[in-house]
Amino acid sequence: MISIWFFIGLSLLVNGALILAAGIYQLVNPPENPAVVLFNLHAGVWWGAILFLVGAFYCLYFRPKRS
Amino acid sequence: MNLALAMLLPERLVRLSAVDYAIIVFYFVLVLAIGWYLKGRANTGEDFFMAGREMTAWVAGLSFLSANLGALELMGWAGSAYQYGILATHWYWIGAIPAMLFLALVMMPFYYISKTHSVPGYLKLRFGESSRALSAVSFAFMTVLMSGVNMFAMAKVMQIVLGWPLSFSIWISSLTVAVYVSLGGLRSAIFNEVLQFFLIWAGALLIPILGLWEAGGWTNLKLQIAHNFSAQYVHLWSGLDHFSTNPMGIHWTGIVFGLGAVLSMGYWTTDFLVVQRILAAKDIRSAEMAPIIGAGFKMMVPFIVILPGLLGLAVLPEKLVPEPIALATGGHTYNDVLPLMLARYCGPGLLGLGITALIAGFMSGMAGNVSAFTTVWTYDIYRPLINPRGSDHHYVNMGRWTTIIGVLISVGTAYLVMQFASIMDYVQALFSFFIAPLFGTVLLGMLWKRATGAGGFWGLLCGTLSSIGMWGWVKADPSALRYVALSPDAKALAQDMYQALWSFLVCVSITVLVSLATQPKTDAELSGLVYGLTEVPSVGDVPIYQKPLFWAGIVVAVFVVLNIIFW
Repeated sequence: MISIWFFIGLSLLVNGALILAAGIYQLVNPPENPAVVLFNLHAGVWWGAILFLVGAFYCLYFRPKRS
Repeated sequence: MNLALAMLLPERLVRLSAVDYAIIVFYFVLVLAIGWYLKGRANTGEDFFMAGREMTAWVAGLSFLSANLGALELMGWAGSAYQYGILATHWYWIGAIPAMLFLALVMMPFYYISKTHSVPGYLKLRFGESSRALSAVSFAFMTVLMSGVNMFAMAKVMQIVLGWPLSFSIWISSLTVAVYVSLGGLRSAIFNEVLQFFLIWAGALLIPILGLWEAGGWTNLKLQIAHNFSAQYVHLWSGLDHFSTNPMGIHWTGIVFGLGAVLSMGYWTTDFLVVQRILAAKDIRSAEMAPIIGAGFKMMVPFIVILPGLLGLAVLPEKLVPEPIALATGGHTYNDVLPLMLARYCGPGLLGLGITALIAGFMSGMAGNVSAFTTVWTYDIYRPLINPRGSDHHYVNMGRWTTIIGVLISVGTAYLVMQFASIMDYVQALFSFFIAPLFGTVLLGMLWKRATGAGGFWGLLCGTLSSIGMWGWVKADPSALRYVALSPDAKALAQDMYQALWSFLVCVSITVLVSLATQPKTDAELSGLVYGLTEVPSVGDVPIYQKPLFWAGIVVAVFVVLNIIFW
């Protein structure tokens, strides 16, 4: 049976990748008038990276094994 | 944008980008995939209704907490924190932690040993069919109504935040829940609740982190709130000496005895919505550890709920107002504080994750309601009262259909609330009527062997009626608040606390009096159901760091320290 932790890892991995990609895009192409405060911290980049790494760890550690 | 188009599109707090929509769609696909994957593991009654009783302590504990961590809970308490300050934290600490530990160490062994499927099921074993029927019918009725009310409220939030039409939000989320719960039963609900727990934290955690950064740390935040509003907004206990010296209009006795000793005990130990998750634990140690794990995380929830409300007091440029004023002036209400903070800090991607967190919170609460309703309907109403001779397969099918029908009744309630908004206040008040007296009945049932079936039934009935009577009295004559809540300065939340306390005392008094006048069961009949007549199984020969008592001690220590720090 696939572990629930694998599903959680998958969710964090995919969400992390999407957020990281959006964050990098905004880092490379910064908007003239950012819609959020503290834009200079680029939260999308580091938060996306954290979620991606945690998700990758969960996916690997709890990956379905062949019986 | 031309004027005509602007008028057609509803106003909204935030606008989502393509990546935000991708995150939301991925979430829906994943929860449905989990339900589909688990459908082959929900063929027997034990599998469908009790998740095979094979959940680990972590899975049961996180699901136990997640079922309570609905989106309205997140947004409502963030709004309360903006309105009342840090006092709202009491609902997460003294209003939860002692009750969760009490459930783990005192009550869980009895639920677990009796192998009951539900809380009404325990009442049947301890007090007889009449108590079970009263408790089951009231729980089933209120659960689907509450689910509908929450559905409407959530759809309204989505309309305000994203501009989504009400019907779209209601049908998409409710049908998704109906599909994954009817396919995989309680196991599917629990697995998705654990997933939703992670998403809620991943989506909401950035707000306090970035908010504290902007405010210049906790000390500066306190100074700004004291300057803009009042220093009492950041003290947990020091303003509770009198009803008029704190923003909530409550006295410390209401918090300690009404909230801590009765209302929260009633909710966390007898509301089947949360207790069902623990009954699915794989062994007695997991069943005891699960609420303790839940308590550990519950203590941290104010960081993502209360702190954003407090940060809103300091950093938001506009002042939030009560709903009637917001409707008249076009401003934002207290309950908008969390979405406003989300929009303030979260750009593309992060915004989608934050909105997903709100949707996940709503769906976890709804799945909790639906799976609890399904079990109580099938095992405590349909089987004993309508069709006692069905096969296990028949009851599983009944469970699947009840899931769908329960969701449809909830949708119907949501549309009813759409027509008559005042129903919402009544239904939410009604639900609280049953909680405190039920705690009195279950507590006496577990701890006092002399309590009889008649005592349990009449205590529960009179306690519930007394609560309804007090509520009706204050509705008809608002000046009665001085008697019910002990002060004319008391506010709505304070009234709830004292109402719970009095109805609990009525329930206990009537149960004791009737029990003393009626014939008790024999000791042999009460074995496995009552303290003193039951051999509580050991959690096994495990190291001290794996014992529930050890971790409960750690949680208590942290709980005390936190209360002192924020005194």
